Amino acid sequence: MNEYAKQTHISRSWIIDRIFLGLTLGEYFKRLITPFNIGAGIIILVGLALIGIRFTEGLGAVTAASQEQPWGLFLGWGLFAGVPLSATGFVLGTAVYIFGIKEYHPVVKNAILIGLLGYLFAVIFLLVDLGRPWRLPYPMFVSFGTASVLFLVAWHVALYLTCQFLEFTPSICEWGGWKSLRKRALAITIGLTIFGIILSTLHQSALGAMFLLAPGKLHPLWYSPYIPALFLISAIAAGLCMVILASLLSEWFLKDQADTAYLVSLDKITLGLGTASSFVLITYFAVKIIALAHGNHWNLLMTSYGYLFLVELFIFTLLPSFLFVFAGRSGKVGLVQFTALLTIIGVIFNRLNVSLFALNWKLPHRDFFDWREFLILLAIVTIQILVYRWIVLRMPVLREHPEFKDEHMVTYT
Amino acid sequence: MKLDRRNFLKGTAATAGALFLGNLASDPKQTYAAQPIGSKSDHFAMLTDLTRCVGCRSCERACIKANNLPLPKVGFFADVSVFREKRRPDAQNLKVINSYENKKWKGPVYRMVQCNHCAEPACASACLVGALKKTPEGAVIYNEDLCIGCRYCMTACPFYIPAFDYFNAGSPAIRKCNMCYHRIVNGMTPACAEACGVQAITFGKRSKLIKLARERIRTGTDRYIDHIYGEHEVGGTDWLYISGVPFEELDFPMDLGTTPLPEYTRDFLSVVPFVLTVWPALFGGIYSISKRREQIAEGMDQKKKEDTKR
Repeated sequence: MNEYAKQTHISRSWIIDRIFLGLTLGEYFKRLITPFNIGAGIIILVGLALIGIRFTEGLGAVTAASQEQPWGLFLGWGLFAGVPLSATGFVLGTAVYIFGIKEYHPVVKNAILIGLLGYLFAVIFLLVDLGRPWRLPYPMFVSFGTASVLFLVAWHVALYLTCQFLEFTPSICEWGGWKSLRKRALAITIGLTIFGIILSTLHQSALGAMFLLAPGKLHPLWYSPYIPALFLISAIAAGLCMVILASLLSEWFLKDQADTAYLVSLDKITLGLGTASSFVLITYFAVKIIALAHGNHWNLLMTSYGYLFLVELFIFTLLPSFLFVFAGRSGKVGLVQFTALLTIIGVIFNRLNVSLFALNWKLPHRDFFDWREFLILLAIVTIQILVYRWIVLRMPVLREHPEFKDEHMVTYT
Repeated sequence: MKLDRRNFLKGTAATAGALFLGNLASDPKQTYAAQPIGSKSDHFAMLTDLTRCVGCRSCERACIKANNLPLPKVGFFADVSVFREKRRPDAQNLKVINSYENKKWKGPVYRMVQCNHCAEPACASACLVGALKKTPEGAVIYNEDLCIGCRYCMTACPFYIPAFDYFNAGSPAIRKCNMCYHRIVNGMTPACAEACGVQAITFGKRSKLIKLARERIRTGTDRYIDHIYGEHEVGGTDWLYISGVPFEELDFPMDLGTTPLPEYTRDFLSVVPFVLTVWPALFGGIYSISKRREQIAEGMDQKKKEDTKR
């Protein structure tokens, strides 16, 4: 065998090992045919067909958007709810690398991956929703609307996406076997984490600040000068709770991809993150009350929008913060996980309220969303889950790579 | 192990790097964020006298012609069936006339709806690519070549004016009245003002139009209510209205306040440089503390080990 043949042989085995999990092509595709994958495939095909209609007949053909209510589920879910739920990398990165809480280290890679994919798919939702998605780079390179809060959001989401990709690069390098690149990527962890904190505090709150421009349109119970702070605080809670929930799901469905160190650490981490969430949620509750008092809108609480607000305030904010304290004290991991789910639903509910239900509340007649919009959303989320699974099945996310096991705290030397 | 020179330098470099990157990234925002989006100078403006309008919709037709929009099927002068519903401007129609029954007069009052050309427009401050601009002449104009179709201007506009081509996939654009900017810069009057047969729309410098409006309200005894809509609303608009019946009866939004809407986000944007400069120092500091604490703990561990060995 000559040198050249050896090289191609190596690269082929690299592909088979890394991409096809060491199986032959036939075996690999045979393994792909599972009920879950078939269901996911159907959902994705339907969604892609509808996205095809959107790009041939226009947004009006698949959404309920109108001249009065220009934004629907794509932005309400994909951007306004998707970005706070993707604060996972930001909160865990800060806890582990900046505050030095080493006990959370086993879940930090998973948190960064979930954050990275969350932002990536927020951009994908944006591409579906923008009138002219091919102009997405315009605010970066062509024309600068510097007085716009959305300009800040666009820049920060783009930069933070890059930042999180670099934060995840060590795992990619371990998978690919690129040692020197991995070392270089690890060396900038602290810088990236601090950069990520700057970007996250600013754009998480900026998503709320976008609505400051519409005082007459957003219902007074949600419109408040405190909305940037409310968005940031609830994003921290959402990030923490997403890590709790993702840890549970990984225990259920991806156990074979995790190492023992990861699995045995989860209960303790879950309890710790639950306690942290209780502090964040009680702060969130307090700021929400201050905002309510500041606006002096107590009289609006007994209206139909008031009931929505009260559900948010008591069922999705105060109740979970108490449940977290109770579960943390009595060591009930299952209750922490349930409460995390409750909190996540609450944050999604809040973002949909602000961007959809309580916006334009004075209009007499409104359509919130079209069933086709919902199917597209379902398809994109399904793709997101499949991409996540593809990565976790290959890269060391829920485990340490055997070759680099002892140097995982390399950033501290 | 202790905090030696090498480690200190490393930590400082990381912090400085984050600071530098942060500032680099935010450069454009910092420089312009505090600038007002409009100007308070004496613009060209329009004055609509709703007591004069007879609902002939000549202005609508002139608007459609001046902007090369498709002609609607319904006739203009004779056909009053369009008044059965309240219309709004859309991608095909930048200006519409609606009819309102009222207690004051036998006949209906007609109200025209189009962009009000705010002195400090929320839409222009919302646009992340600067496709919407307040011109020195007064018109708020739109540049289709920059628009990415995010529709934040539609959410921002307090008057629900910008409209979007929802059934155009190739080149959907925002459509709204641009005060016939292409005519103004050539010394002409906007098409609707020129077409009006009863002088219900007057074009001129804003200060003069305000004087004219006051004069009409003063001399018209009971003809007018004492309110120039647009003089102070959302910080002032360059489309002004005077009316014989209260504006709320004509669906004018009455709860807008007198603060220009971009001011509500300006405060937020001014926090940006603060975060960019203080956060790296703050979190770099916290990092150094937690790292130092760890080194001390490690040192104590080693000492313990050594002690047990002895």
